[in-house]
Amino acid sequence: MAPKAAKSFPSPYSMKTPKGAEGWQELYPYYLTFQDNLKKQEEAKFWFCDSQHWPNVFKPFEVIGVEFASRCLGAYNTRHYIIPPANGIDFRIHMGYNYFSPVGVAPELIGDRVPHFMERAGHYFQNWTELLENWRKDVLSNIAEIDAINFTALPDMVPIEDIKGGKGMDPSVQLFDDYDRLISLCYKNWERHFEFLNLGYVAYLDLFMFCKEAFPGIPDLAIAKMVMGVDSVLFRPDDELKTLADLAVKLGLTDLFTGDDAAKVLGAVEGHSNGAQWLAAFEKAQDPWFNYTVGNGFYGTDVYWRDNLDLPVGYISDYVARAAKGERLHRPKDELIAERDRITEGYADALDGEAKETFMGKLGLARVVYPYVEDHNFYIEHWTMGVFWRKVRQLGQLLADQGFWANADDILYLSRDEVRPAMFDYANAWAVGTEPIGPTYWPTEVARRTKIINALATQRPAPAFNEPPAEIVEPFTVMLWGITTDQVQQWLGADSGLKNGLKGMAASGGVVEGKARVITSPDQLGELIQGEILVAPVTAPSWGPVFGKISATVTDIGGMMSHAAIVCREYGLPAVTGTGKASTTIKTGMLLRVDGTNGTVEILSK
Amino acid sequence: MSLYTFPFDSAEKPEHDRLGGKCTSLAIMTGAGMPVPPGFAVTTESYDAVVNDPKLQAHIKEILAGLDPDNVADLDHRSAQIRELILTQPVPEEVYAEVHTAYAKLMELCGGEVPVAVRSSATAEDLPDASFAGQQDTYLWIIGEQHVLQKIRECWASLYTARAITYRLANNIADEGLSIAVAVQKMVNSRSSGVAMTIDPANGDRTKIVIDSSWGLGEMVVSGEVTPDNFVLDKIMMSVVNRIISDKHEELVPTGHGSIARQEVEEPRRSSSSLSEDEIMAVAKLAKAAEKHYGTVQDVEWAIDADLPEGQNVLLLQSRPETVWSQKKVETKIASAGSGIEAITKSMLASMNRS
Repeated sequence: MAPKAAKSFPSPYSMKTPKGAEGWQELYPYYLTFQDNLKKQEEAKFWFCDSQHWPNVFKPFEVIGVEFASRCLGAYNTRHYIIPPANGIDFRIHMGYNYFSPVGVAPELIGDRVPHFMERAGHYFQNWTELLENWRKDVLSNIAEIDAINFTALPDMVPIEDIKGGKGMDPSVQLFDDYDRLISLCYKNWERHFEFLNLGYVAYLDLFMFCKEAFPGIPDLAIAKMVMGVDSVLFRPDDELKTLADLAVKLGLTDLFTGDDAAKVLGAVEGHSNGAQWLAAFEKAQDPWFNYTVGNGFYGTDVYWRDNLDLPVGYISDYVARAAKGERLHRPKDELIAERDRITEGYADALDGEAKETFMGKLGLARVVYPYVEDHNFYIEHWTMGVFWRKVRQLGQLLADQGFWANADDILYLSRDEVRPAMFDYANAWAVGTEPIGPTYWPTEVARRTKIINALATQRPAPAFNEPPAEIVEPFTVMLWGITTDQVQQWLGADSGLKNGLKGMAASGGVVEGKARVITSPDQLGELIQGEILVAPVTAPSWGPVFGKISATVTDIGGMMSHAAIVCREYGLPAVTGTGKASTTIKTGMLLRVDGTNGTVEILSK
Repeated sequence: MSLYTFPFDSAEKPEHDRLGGKCTSLAIMTGAGMPVPPGFAVTTESYDAVVNDPKLQAHIKEILAGLDPDNVADLDHRSAQIRELILTQPVPEEVYAEVHTAYAKLMELCGGEVPVAVRSSATAEDLPDASFAGQQDTYLWIIGEQHVLQKIRECWASLYTARAITYRLANNIADEGLSIAVAVQKMVNSRSSGVAMTIDPANGDRTKIVIDSSWGLGEMVVSGEVTPDNFVLDKIMMSVVNRIISDKHEELVPTGHGSIARQEVEEPRRSSSSLSEDEIMAVAKLAKAAEKHYGTVQDVEWAIDADLPEGQNVLLLQSRPETVWSQKKVETKIASAGSGIEAITKSMLASMNRS
């Protein structure tokens, strides 16, 4: 690529605050905003917006996700495994959106880190299976512990058993303890999230680099397909719905699946002679597979199937209608495996001797570690966070009942460190026998904060800040976020070379022509019509049932390992990710040609 | 099923006895995903229907009776007599109708009347050798049905050239059962052409297909008189991984009568890609098919025919084994041989040094 004139993104300090959002900085911790006295240091770093994980403006409580995730990611690179060239990824919140800046290691320090890395990471690679089993046990036990937490209003009197048992403590102690444990257990599972993920990427990248060397110019897609897991638990919830749909057709219940009114559909099924069998299967599938969200687990308002059965029932109804027409619902696993084997053999056959052995060795390790990269998402983002947010809302409802605010979700307008004082206010007044102050303070404050958040949400995030490095090589950044040198140049307005189109990552192969449907929020998913091309700023893996309906996906953000990319490969759909601006350039109804093999999207007609 | 003609892209199995060596090979290549210029065979049944007429055969026998192969003038005279008989022998209506239809279909595919090549396609050792046949009986740039029919008869008559007659006498081959097929094949009208290799000649990477392409005929690409467009594809994923569009200042174009004109290429064509996306893919597929068919790395000459419809316009001209890289064992240089943590660490550090 020809060197471009030095172009730069704006400084975060030069951005104009949207009207009505003044004072937004106070909603977030001081260490997460760009401080005026650090302008020089902060402007020297390149920051890119992670709208892939955080597409919407944070409410104060929701900062918990980015804080726990980012610091745990960092700790595993920097403190656990001492990854020689990479520390963590620094993060800031600016005008409600999250910005990342990878932190490298000074070249002279890299050498000293090597033996530590080899000992630590080596131990994990050698004992991967046992350690992962240990991981699973602990993660599930943490989830069970969160699930057992139950926030209830303080009783009028301390229970008589506590008096007689000489407990010497009132139930508020348990209330505080539960809140602290809720936060701590969530934190623990985020620690676990990165225990294997970083190493999964390291092994994958090792194979990746080898392939790039042995087969110069090999498409990233080819490497991703070599390690593709076909039985990831991430796809299990959607598979469960398909199985339920097939069963409904088999049991002659087709006509009862009339849409997404769960009460109506389930009532009708219950009244059918074969209904009990289906309902038992439906019940069984829910735990744990309905701990699944159409969001991404980072927002307190993400709706989980388990909490709103209209969602899974609606998807099942769609599937039933298709299954009744004789359509095969389940993913073509055999074809996916055959394709994976064809690709692997194709490259292996081009090598001889030591090179071939190396390739097979690296591929072997990547295949052992790679399933985690896909699977963890269900355990943490879906299951843990689903249970976590349910408990947060339960506490929100408890305090709403006490007049602190109107709705359970209003608790999200407090930071997690403001919730405890509010609880103390409540428990204090309860103890003293007076009225809490919160109900006279929080409703106004929540309203004020709501206005600020809404004002921030009127503005889309700037893609990046400050001067980008000449070349972006940090592999995690490229893999996960699709932030490449080309991508950055495109954001800066460099010509994509396409007259009527966009360039992005060739994330999942194939060419498809079809009508665009631009989706900017999960609420709009219902608008999708069979065969349309999904165009979105970012997709969540849990849009699963939707992937059975569409013919291709185009996103603004996301790399080869982004969720949209992984899901599309599993569903055999073409995908172009990381286009930067598809969701704003393309309008619903436009005729598109999506080439997922070459990473291009062409607008054929308006 | 047609008895008297056989299109090269027919779904039927090509039989050597009916099509002769040349046409069989053209049909096999087309069937294996290596489309040669389109055309059809006039089968040996056609020859039989015309030349195996008992009266004609008796006449031929009579002419050849008592032949002295050493008397060259007499031999030439008798040969000319027989050939004249074959050229004027009436063609049965059903044979004529089928050849007429096959030719009309070919012209329709080409979007109008275009020049064809007419060549003989021998079935056995009836003729001295393939090169002899090739030299004698290849008629290029033939335009119009009447001319084509005339050349088909000339190919039939070629079994009775003086040389063919003496060859059979010397090798004791009987004239009974003698037959020949004829190939009628479109002359290539190269809009773009070039070469494709099923290996990256720069480094011996066998997972690549490298295409050089320029406007017009391929000679300038081969001779290096023009800098061609260059496309590198991943052979397994079949996607373009690198492309260079060059300034292609000149081209050679066929004039339609066998001569070639050299002309300057004007803007914007000279700096535009000489292949569309679909054509790049079609050339790559053709090269891949050739490699699969011959079981070894191939060096393929191809052309995009201006007369043929999209999707059928990529033609294989020649395919031969690549000799440079396929002879030597490729040593892939790797920063980290082996696997496991040592190798991972080594390659991680190597990748840092590269960047």
